[in-house]
Amino acid sequence: MDHVFSTMVIVGILSSAIRLATPYLLASIGETFSQLSGVVNLGVDGIMLVGAYAAFFVALTTGNLWLGVLAALVAGLLMGLLMSVISVTLKAEQGISGIGLYMFGLGLSSLLFKVTIGTVKTIDGFQPIRIPLLGNIPIVGDIFFNNNVIVYIAFLLVPVAWWVLEKTTWGLRIKAAGQNPAAADSLGVNVNRVRYVSVCLGGMLAGLAGASLSLALVNLFQENLTAGMGFIAVALVYFGGWRPGGVLVGALLFSAVNAFQLWMQVLNVNIPSDVAVMLPYLLTIAALAFTKSRGNQPAGLNIPFERGES
Amino acid sequence: MPTETAVVPTRSRRKPLFNWKDILFMSALPVLAMFAALLIGAVMLLLLKVNPLVAYAALIDGALGSTYSITQSLVKATPLLLVALGICIAFRASVLNIGGEGQIILGALMATWFSLQFRTWPGWLLVPTTITMGFLAGAFWGFVPGILKARLNVNEILSTIMMNFIALQLMNLLLRGPLMDPAGVQAGTFLAQSERLPVAVWLPRLVPQTMLHAGLLLAIFLAVVVYIFLWRTTIGYRIRAVGLNPHAARYAGINVPFNQALSLTLAGGFAGLAGVVEVIGVHHRLLEGITSGFGFSGIVAALFGGLHPLGAIPASYLFGSLLVGADKMQRAVQVPSALVDAIMGLVVLFVVGSALLSRRWAARRLAAAAKRQEVK
Repeated sequence: MDHVFSTMVIVGILSSAIRLATPYLLASIGETFSQLSGVVNLGVDGIMLVGAYAAFFVALTTGNLWLGVLAALVAGLLMGLLMSVISVTLKAEQGISGIGLYMFGLGLSSLLFKVTIGTVKTIDGFQPIRIPLLGNIPIVGDIFFNNNVIVYIAFLLVPVAWWVLEKTTWGLRIKAAGQNPAAADSLGVNVNRVRYVSVCLGGMLAGLAGASLSLALVNLFQENLTAGMGFIAVALVYFGGWRPGGVLVGALLFSAVNAFQLWMQVLNVNIPSDVAVMLPYLLTIAALAFTKSRGNQPAGLNIPFERGES
Repeated sequence: MPTETAVVPTRSRRKPLFNWKDILFMSALPVLAMFAALLIGAVMLLLLKVNPLVAYAALIDGALGSTYSITQSLVKATPLLLVALGICIAFRASVLNIGGEGQIILGALMATWFSLQFRTWPGWLLVPTTITMGFLAGAFWGFVPGILKARLNVNEILSTIMMNFIALQLMNLLLRGPLMDPAGVQAGTFLAQSERLPVAVWLPRLVPQTMLHAGLLLAIFLAVVVYIFLWRTTIGYRIRAVGLNPHAARYAGINVPFNQALSLTLAGGFAGLAGVVEVIGVHHRLLEGITSGFGFSGIVAALFGGLHPLGAIPASYLFGSLLVGADKMQRAVQVPSALVDAIMGLVVLFVVGSALLSRRWAARRLAAAAKRQEVK
């Protein structure tokens, strides 16, 4: 067992954890915006799939990774728009419409993949960029400052999201729309517009999360590539208490367990891999059961806003 | 949810049992939703340079073209209906059970293990006990998120989804370990499938030379049972009351968390039954991918049937035949069957999206009824 706790392995686990956290982080931050404005978007996984496909297809045909990222953002925006129309304008039950969006995204991405790409292909995705000076610090540099550009974007997004939510009028409007939509409305906030913008932003970030998978983490697309990552991203929002910092902690913790589990398999440590794969899901349920920050839950979450109702 | 329509005061003893105008309107919405989804599917196919008419013709031919395709649709409709019945109970209590997949797996696992364990039992004993055990296993997989919701207020959507992943890994673990077919081990193929189940536990086939099995009759019978349960018993009434207005239900002395947990447990049991009939009715062994996504398509069938157990019967047949037709379409004209998955997602979106319209319809009828009352 000595080799399990060598420096090399620990660095390996931690740097895998950072990379694995990226899609969760992007999707969860997006979902945080959506939920703070009062809309639970359970279709994140479907949006990620469509985003991953769009990014991969465009990057494969044009050879330009950034065009792929753009395609993922646009695809995510469109999916977010669809969710907004159904859940905000038509006031549908959000849990169910999210599942519908998930099924649509899963089916659509599989359909498009089979018709336009056909077989599993790989591309050279975003390569790690070593940040000068910081990247040369031993160990720390390898873990934190030698990653691809999407990893940096995802981690920079955390303080940016915090700043938008805590220090700007827009952030205040988003939280007001989710906390007390009637009061926000009476103060002249266009609740439904705020929700549209938040859900669409969440959709774009979920699309980007998909791109981070297909262009930076695994560099391929296949049917059901995400395998439910989007649902875990939603769970992380609850875990993180609807705060970007909390989401960051959750995403890191979750991916650390995942990375640990992967490395144990690589090192042939004798635990059945199926049991190891179960670990993160068990952890998620336990986290949902025992997090005490539910007081932060937006009061208007899951409730469509109807003027003059209350 | 369309459940809000039940707000319309129904002094059902005096009024006719069925209000045809309401039924017509309520069933028109899902049909319209289906047409809209098929239309969007056609546009997607056009954009992909596939002739939608050819694709849909192959789909319809695959679904209705022969006796075999019709029986095959019924074979698929059976687990769909069973899952949908559970969904009806859960969604009526405002509990969103997304855990169908995992609950199906647990039912299938239990049916496989139990019938292999007691393979010497005669059929008249083995079949009912296997079915009961499968129901209980699925129910347990619903009970866990149910009790977590009741006691610790854990969001059931997320916990049921996590339970799906855990069930999947559990099945993988068992199929590659204790449940793996000894013949496969001996032959060195190590296929991830179980031993063939004892013939005593096989459900009788309804039509010779087809896969259609007695599970269909069980599902239809249970649909009637669920209808009676939800609308003619006190527990069913409480479950629906919790779903319509939890606050009012609480003030009326109904134990809201208990009834939510109960509905999730029952939903799990019905999904477990879907796993049982797949194993003892269709495949006669446990295979990877046993769920075929029924945990999700069952939700579509339930919503399409207006969350009504009897409405779920035709809805399940419709989606069963869509699934069968999709396979045929994929084989005959090489249009991926994933098209139907996307269409089902759109159906869900449109059906829940149109709930607003049915709410307005209900409100208008309520106002009209009130006016009539005044005139009298």
